[in-house]
Amino acid sequence: MLAIWIIRIILIVVLTPIVGGLLAGFDRIISARVQGRKGPPLLQPFYDVLKLIKKENIEVNKTYKFYVYASLFFIILTAVIMLMGGDMLLAIFVLTLGAIFFAFGGYASQSPYSIIGAERELLQMMAYEPMVLITAAGLYMVSKSFFISDMISQAVPAIVYLPAVFVGFVYILTFKLRKSPFDLSLGHHAHQELVQGISTEYSGRELAIIEITHWYESIIALAFVYVFFATSNPISHVFAVLACLVVYFFEILVDNSTVRVKWQLALKSAWIVTGVVSVVNLMIVSFFKF
Amino acid sequence: MNYNTKSPWILHYDGSSCNGCDIEVLACLTPLYDVERFGVINTGNPRHADILLITGGVNDQNIPVVKQIYEQMAEPKVVVAVGICATSGGIFADCYNMVGGVENVLPVDVYVPGCAARPQAIIDGVVKALAVLDEKQNAMKK
Ligand code: SF4
Repeated sequence: MLAIWIIRIILIVVLTPIVGGLLAGFDRIISARVQGRKGPPLLQPFYDVLKLIKKENIEVNKTYKFYVYASLFFIILTAVIMLMGGDMLLAIFVLTLGAIFFAFGGYASQSPYSIIGAERELLQMMAYEPMVLITAAGLYMVSKSFFISDMISQAVPAIVYLPAVFVGFVYILTFKLRKSPFDLSLGHHAHQELVQGISTEYSGRELAIIEITHWYESIIALAFVYVFFATSNPISHVFAVLACLVVYFFEILVDNSTVRVKWQLALKSAWIVTGVVSVVNLMIVSFFKF
Repeated sequence: MNYNTKSPWILHYDGSSCNGCDIEVLACLTPLYDVERFGVINTGNPRHADILLITGGVNDQNIPVVKQIYEQMAEPKVVVAVGICATSGGIFADCYNMVGGVENVLPVDVYVPGCAARPQAIIDGVVKALAVLDEKQNAMKK
């Protein structure tokens, strides 16, 4: 029993970034096609990371690198908790911890750009965190359990009861996947405005770690989408994976068709969406179902 | 195997160019030439860049800027001088404030000819730079 657990954990730790990296490569190809270009090969994100690992390591100060590794550690922990079917609340809190360590890294590197990036990261967290918690609360109301393994073994998929919560979650997914219009804190396209925000001072191996952390995060974000669709019926898992792909594709389209917004709009719109959909949806669920 | 050649990230700096070469550099990113096919990303951050593309010559005012940018880049790194101005000062060579080509300040690895340098020539220059990058990476390992 223990051996199976360990094997599963190792598989999750190894396979998650591989799938996440492939997804990132897919993302870059689709983005290029949307812009009428051919785009890089599918394995491009892996080439980037392998290159970065071998590059020189510039040290700005003694502490700022630590935070990247701490962030990666907590993100991996989140991935393990979520994909093992563990407690969703715990996963969300550990995920938040990972994001906070990442913002600390931005503050610790002391560059004005990275400090702006870190401040924006915290603002983003303020924008999306309520919706993540409400998602967990909604899923709890439907399944009467915070364990993901219970949530995905219901007879009826959660999306039936929580369509509005799902819409709200997809809205804040843009923050989590660091896509435009909400890629305020760092983005591949934030060249001239904030010189890549938090990651400004990171080079070489730490930049590669940031990239890998992001791969984990993408998969974690899509795992939330997955929970909305999976049921006790095995077929539903195929639909859940399809739903994840559709949502990801949708996010790529949004990424390519919008520009970065100011943080005021990002915060306000996220809270308005969160407030409206969560209140309406949770009221309806509590009124009719229980 | 070195992956530098598969993912060259470029930092583009405009010295005292007339802007002619700059728009050609940016033209490389457009759908017609699409250098992202080769993994090229145009970053704005010296810490992330492998290749420093400089257009235009150096003048008294931007010498410290160019040097600082170069110093902030992580090894291995290469410098590509794009256009005649970056090579020798070009038509601005006689101006009172010009120092001349980039080579007066930084070690230049590849020169790209032309006024303005054509996108094909720039891509060719970057490909040549990749060979140099590879050599430098191998030298670093030893
Ligand atoms: S080489 Fe010609 S086009 Fe390029 S910067 Fe100089 S004058 Fe302008």
